[in-house]
Amino acid sequence: MSKGRFSSILKLSVLSTVLAFTSNVSADPVKAAFVYIGPTGDHGWTYAHDEGVKYAKEKLGDDVIMTTIENVAENSDSERVITSLARKNDIVFTTSFGYMNPTVKVAKRYPDVKFEHATGYMLEDNVSVYSARFYEGRHVIGKIAGRMTESNVIGYIASFPIPEVIRGINSAFLAAKSVNPDVQIKVVWVYSWYDPGKEADAANALIAQGADVLMQHTDSTAAMTVAEEKGIYAFGQASNMREWGPNAQLTGIINDWGPYYADRIAAVRDGTWSSSDTFAGVQQGMVKFAPMNNNMPTEVKNEAMKAIIDLSMGAIHPFTGPINKQDGSPWLAEGETPPNFPDLLTMDFYVEGIDSQYPN
Amino acid sequence: MNESLFINIIIGISIASTPLIFAAIGELLVERSGVLNLGVEGMMIVGALLGFIVQFHTGNPFLAVVAALLGGMAISSIFAFLTQFLLTNQVATGLALTLFGLGFSAFAGRGYTEETIVLIKAVDIPVLSDIPFIGPLLFSMNPLVYLAFLMVYLVWWFLFRTKQGLILRSIGDNHDAAHAIGHNVVRYRFMAILFGGAMAGVGGAFLSLVQVPIWGEDMTAGRGWIALGLVVFASWQPFRIILGAILFGGITVLQLHAQGFDIRISAQYLSMLPYLATIIILVSLRIRLKNKTNRTVPNCLGRIFHSTS
Repeated sequence: MSKGRFSSILKLSVLSTVLAFTSNVSADPVKAAFVYIGPTGDHGWTYAHDEGVKYAKEKLGDDVIMTTIENVAENSDSERVITSLARKNDIVFTTSFGYMNPTVKVAKRYPDVKFEHATGYMLEDNVSVYSARFYEGRHVIGKIAGRMTESNVIGYIASFPIPEVIRGINSAFLAAKSVNPDVQIKVVWVYSWYDPGKEADAANALIAQGADVLMQHTDSTAAMTVAEEKGIYAFGQASNMREWGPNAQLTGIINDWGPYYADRIAAVRDGTWSSSDTFAGVQQGMVKFAPMNNNMPTEVKNEAMKAIIDLSMGAIHPFTGPINKQDGSPWLAEGETPPNFPDLLTMDFYVEGIDSQYPN
Repeated sequence: MNESLFINIIIGISIASTPLIFAAIGELLVERSGVLNLGVEGMMIVGALLGFIVQFHTGNPFLAVVAALLGGMAISSIFAFLTQFLLTNQVATGLALTLFGLGFSAFAGRGYTEETIVLIKAVDIPVLSDIPFIGPLLFSMNPLVYLAFLMVYLVWWFLFRTKQGLILRSIGDNHDAAHAIGHNVVRYRFMAILFGGAMAGVGGAFLSLVQVPIWGEDMTAGRGWIALGLVVFASWQPFRIILGAILFGGITVLQLHAQGFDIRISAQYLSMLPYLATIIILVSLRIRLKNKTNRTVPNCLGRIFHSTS
């Protein structure tokens, strides 16, 4: 008995749901499929991808047939799902880092099908990779947080110590520090992308320890609701979370995948698709912002707007030297900016000035 | 550490522990009757959704909790019917119940992921809550936290101080004998399963009504499985549920605080501790069982009862 029970404590992979949008079609539409890691109702990562799919569908109309599959676990299940989609589609988008190996594996078996993998780095003739420079968004909210904090403590709810999350913490801290030399950042790791209860616990713990501005790199709206209740500030993550924090949300980083999806699917339609490596940010419109809250002082708002404009013109880089690593060893020299690879894509250290210990 | 931070941590622990206490005390009674219901996670998530929906539409916390309770009961009645009347395998049926609950709530809750509600607030008990330090610590909790502790006491009282409780335990230990002397095994078990469903429902609703004012698919995030582990941890003794839940909830909350204070213990090790404790207790229980000095595991746990007369 007890043996059976404990093996079942290991979480079961949950039923996945299939949603297919079909439409009236005239001449050979492109068949595009999307694999999602979570539910579209997370109002975070997956929600943002789904909004992009809706945008592309609206733009391309009858030229495309979309299929989306939610809650696909990053295990052998994903290979099965990707394979079955590859059989029936012209292009397959896999929208989580953990789908990298199965995507490449399936792509080799279906050379005529195009694949697009989000946030990875393995290119093939029929596999593109794409990701967004979310750290540019963190730069903007870091500046706002540095100005708005009165306790000089910014709370950061982090998911897993992977390069993307580390980039966000470093970028936000450097920006906050640039406008407020006394600012501190407290990082709490919840080791989950989506656990509203735990995210709320983490928010409460950070607030109890003096944080009066919260940032998150997890997917639910839980921390925003806590910030609203406690009367402090926070930032939307991946989508506009205004609904859950009308007073708390200062702005939010919005992932806008729509135009990219529309372009790539149109390229398949026109026969111009080729494998590419995209790492786009504010400049290309892949990273956007929720409206600034009116409860922010005008100077703070203007400063944030200026940062957004500078980023959109490519005039500034959130990581501009001199920057040292946490242990004091030099990383970037005066005026230097890091290359995408390896510095940005494999980042595994905090910058100097962050007190928290780097998770091991 | 200052006083308000300490109080804050205690409140945090009580909030993290309460869903576990509800779900585990319900399951404890079920297992005492000799039934193993692995559907706790599924019953919790259905309770979380129904509580949220009713709170959203009526704004009445009492109705919301009742809805969660009834929702948990309703879904557990499926399990009760299948296992007690159709004599299906309890492990398989329980797992199916969890999968069904997760899928059903995700489907039925689609329209609610964009909404938010008014949380059930903590109440200050007049006079008592004004006592310095002790007041905010003990007398300013959420009403559902008090209810959870009350339920533990009631389950203990029922099991060990009433005739029906004695019968229920005897059914759990030897259903054939209980049946032979004229007790209705199926009826007792059916009621116990419904009670377990009700408690799991309320435990799930605690997440969406007290902890965060949102509904999200899969928001119980494995707490049902922890509750199942807690019953073993408690070696089927009601009051030990509280101890176990506070240990689990406490470590969850304390490790978040420890990270904020930059105390250099790896978070992964801390999260591992309660599970490690469960395994150790399980092993020691097994050894004690071998020596026949203490028999706490209900003897008929998970066994199908088929009346032949």
